[in-house]
Amino acid sequence: MTLYAVQKFLYELNRTPAMQSAYTADRHAVLEPFDLNDEEVAALVEPDIGKLFHLGVNGQILMHFAAFHQIEWQDYLQRMRDGIATYGPVREGVYAMTTGLDDVIAPVHSSSKGASS
Amino acid sequence: MSLVFAGVCSHAPGITGRAHMADPDVRDRFYEAFRQMGDDLRAAKPDAVVIIAAEHFANFFMNNMPSFAIGMADSYEGPIEDPGWLGIERRQVPGNRDISQRFITEVMKGSDIAYAEEWKFDHGIMVPLHFLTPDYDIPVIPVNINCQGPPLAPLERAWAFGESMRRACEAMPERIAIIGTGGISHWPATPDSGKINEAWDLDFMDRWCRNDKDALLDADAYNDLQVYSDAGQGGFEIRTYLTVSAAAGGAQGVVHFCEPIPIFAVSCTVATYDLASA
Repeated sequence: MTLYAVQKFLYELNRTPAMQSAYTADRHAVLEPFDLNDEEVAALVEPDIGKLFHLGVNGQILMHFAAFHQIEWQDYLQRMRDGIATYGPVREGVYAMTTGLDDVIAPVHSSSKGASS
Repeated sequence: MSLVFAGVCSHAPGITGRAHMADPDVRDRFYEAFRQMGDDLRAAKPDAVVIIAAEHFANFFMNNMPSFAIGMADSYEGPIEDPGWLGIERRQVPGNRDISQRFITEVMKGSDIAYAEEWKFDHGIMVPLHFLTPDYDIPVIPVNINCQGPPLAPLERAWAFGESMRRACEAMPERIAIIGTGGISHWPATPDSGKINEAWDLDFMDRWCRNDKDALLDADAYNDLQVYSDAGQGGFEIRTYLTVSAAAGGAQGVVHFCEPIPIFAVSCTVATYDLASA
């Protein structure tokens, strides 16, 4: 029931292809051994990237989880911003947000707009 | 001595994974500098390449987090990331258990480290290898400095670790190259990704080139709170750069490329030490 447990699950998933296959087949079964509360399980299963960022999941862990779900880069960034807008500032950890919700930080080069990741 | 090459470079996953989103003019000049570093590295004919990366929870977690760790295997696998997302195919990367074990044994005389006979590479090592040794034909000795999960080792300990690696190189008959990867200022994998403190980066690289120990360990500029404020959580990765400074033993450095590419999330950097100047 802690940020630690959420991150531990994601750490294991991110580095273990067999666990990724099992998770694709049955998300709840793979989550069962981890000590997670309902909010955390729901955020993982959705996946609610914005909620996970709000909970304080380290971005280096969350980024890989988003890639596993085939979430495109700009969409990943937007989902985190939406999470902050919806749920409030990051609760704990070092991955707080320091820019404004509508700031454009890393625009895609004009010649490549519309390209997918 | 057997340290034959020392340098630093960026390792951000966007460098390969988001190549198509960058301004091609800046990107291609950066790639050229990165590949030139690879040419120079291979011209030094190293028997093994030590890559000091701040890994990102590919092998180590807060259940047992070493401040310093070195790999000791004949083979490694990477990347752990989705290959399509990173733009680098998954593969086996050669190591050399014998060279690693002797290197580790020498390093331990000066620094307390962990060793690991299993190690999965993430972008921190795979992105540099993609440019530096594209044929994956030189054994790698992976090194990790914890720059992700605080509490983090003090910079002085990272410096001492670099000195221990220099002494290890001197004690070994093999020709060893050392590459530090990471940083400099960045807020990676957050909504702030792309935010870059260019002035801070250039000032740090000036200190790095001068190989000025006092300036690199400046407690006012580079305590963790100040780094977090000025350079983001990604700034903690200066540990990998200044460890190379210590390993280079007073050599003077040259910055070959250091320009912000926001979609890659960092000031993309390539720099080397002139070991003959030490």
